[in-house]
Amino acid sequence: MSNVGKSPWIIHYDGSSCNGCDIEVLAALTPLYDAERFGVVNTGNPKHADIFVVTGGINDQNAPVVKQIYDQMLEPKVVVACGACACGGGVYQTCYNILGGVDTVIPVDAYVPGCAIKPESILDAVIAGVGILDEKAKAMKMNPADKDRSEKDASTGAHASVADVDDGTNADAE
Amino acid sequence: MSKRTVVPFGPQHPVLPEPVHLDLVLEDETVVNAIPRIGYVHRGLEKLVEKRDYTQFVYVTERICGICSFGHSLGYSECVEKLMGIEITDRAAYLRVIFHELSRMHSHLLWLGLLADGFGFEALFMHAWRLRETVLDIFEEVTGGRVIFSACDVGGFRQEVSNETLAGIVAKLERLRDEYRTIAKTLLEDSSVKSRMVGVGHISTDKALELSMVGPFARASNVATDERLNGIGAYGDLAAFEPVLSDGGDCYARCDVRVREVLQSIDIISELVDKIPDGEVMVPVKGNPEDGAQAMTTLEQPRGQAFYYSKGNGTKNLARMRVRTPTSQNIAGMVAALSNVELADVPMVILTIDPCISCTER
Repeated sequence: MSNVGKSPWIIHYDGSSCNGCDIEVLAALTPLYDAERFGVVNTGNPKHADIFVVTGGINDQNAPVVKQIYDQMLEPKVVVACGACACGGGVYQTCYNILGGVDTVIPVDAYVPGCAIKPESILDAVIAGVGILDEKAKAMKMNPADKDRSEKDASTGAHASVADVDDGTNADAE
Repeated sequence: MSKRTVVPFGPQHPVLPEPVHLDLVLEDETVVNAIPRIGYVHRGLEKLVEKRDYTQFVYVTERICGICSFGHSLGYSECVEKLMGIEITDRAAYLRVIFHELSRMHSHLLWLGLLADGFGFEALFMHAWRLRETVLDIFEEVTGGRVIFSACDVGGFRQEVSNETLAGIVAKLERLRDEYRTIAKTLLEDSSVKSRMVGVGHISTDKALELSMVGPFARASNVATDERLNGIGAYGDLAAFEPVLSDGGDCYARCDVRVREVLQSIDIISELVDKIPDGEVMVPVKGNPEDGAQAMTTLEQPRGQAFYYSKGNGTKNLARMRVRTPTSQNIAGMVAALSNVELADVPMVILTIDPCISCTER
């Protein structure tokens, strides 16, 4: 667990899932699996979130919603596609109202297989997501354009950007 | 009259695990009208019968909804068995009802947790979901799955469950009952919890009948509707069955009904485990549904009456498979319950109908 440098906050959205994966995402946060021991908090505000957990496939009506939540999240951000449907349509793949997995509208960083997924695998994916988040934060520091933007975010008080918070913790790595 | 404002609610909202959109028309803080918009989870499952044959389709019906998963496979299987004239064994019928009641417990415990979260009682949410894990452990032990477990199939029940395992399940549930009483006491007797729920989102008995409400939502308005009264399957072998009713009609009454239904489910399971006959759990299924044959059946899902219709066309694919789910019946009731509540109470009123959007939109 030494590689987990920060407390990842997640935002969850049900694309067109059957609920099976959604209740398992919630179950991962409750006492038996207790994701909060890794600092994972479920937030409803896209601007507070680091990791976007999407369950279910994409249809015409929810595609703009998923895209909007993704756009509202601040960099660096990680998308975790939870369950067979989010990965590629799953059992609904051939339904007339399913466009495909989450990666048809937004880039996905981690795919979690299973129908329904197990809470253990969600924990696994979120922890893996933190690693990706750290890498993205480092890449942003290398890129001055991104750094200016994150400083601007911090100065307007909109969100203490993850890159800035990381400055202290990742000092050794640089 | 003050100026009217429209506040959009959803599809992404912290209180909702599922996407539904409501336009809330407000006068100051009070909701005067709520206009629902659905379709975010529509997949088009009913049309999938053209691509999946009738034995494969049971896995699709399970995925209509992950919470009512077992119920949907049960309703579909009963409907197709009726269509093809298949008689299942008594043991299979008992096992189906035992697992359906366990599903109801898991669904209600999940809902009680979400309700607690809805009025800001985080600790109660955690405790309700901790207890729910006991039920999920039983599912995992017997079938290998936690929420979707493919136990019910056309022709019976796929797992042979020994009498010892069943006795173990009852022992686990008896232990759960004691712990559950503490949670139930907090939900029903704590003064701050009561102050959030009593008198909020009231629906009268007449209004409930007029809006054709179903399930615990209707029973909380004193409408004695419960498909289990029809005695389909092993429900017919119960010594007595009385639906749980309350005449409050408000959020508190809906909570009260579901709290008592969990205890009722434990009683039903204990009784059926005592009475379960020995025998096979699957009968062989051969042939295809006849051309033009039709069958329908109803089932009491955790959220209310669900209706299943199927029609054969002589091939291995069904001509039509139709499901009418409880939440689609209850949306009119939800809109009625939302009128004249304060904006801050909206999430809780929506929760108390226990909406299942995946079922509704399929």
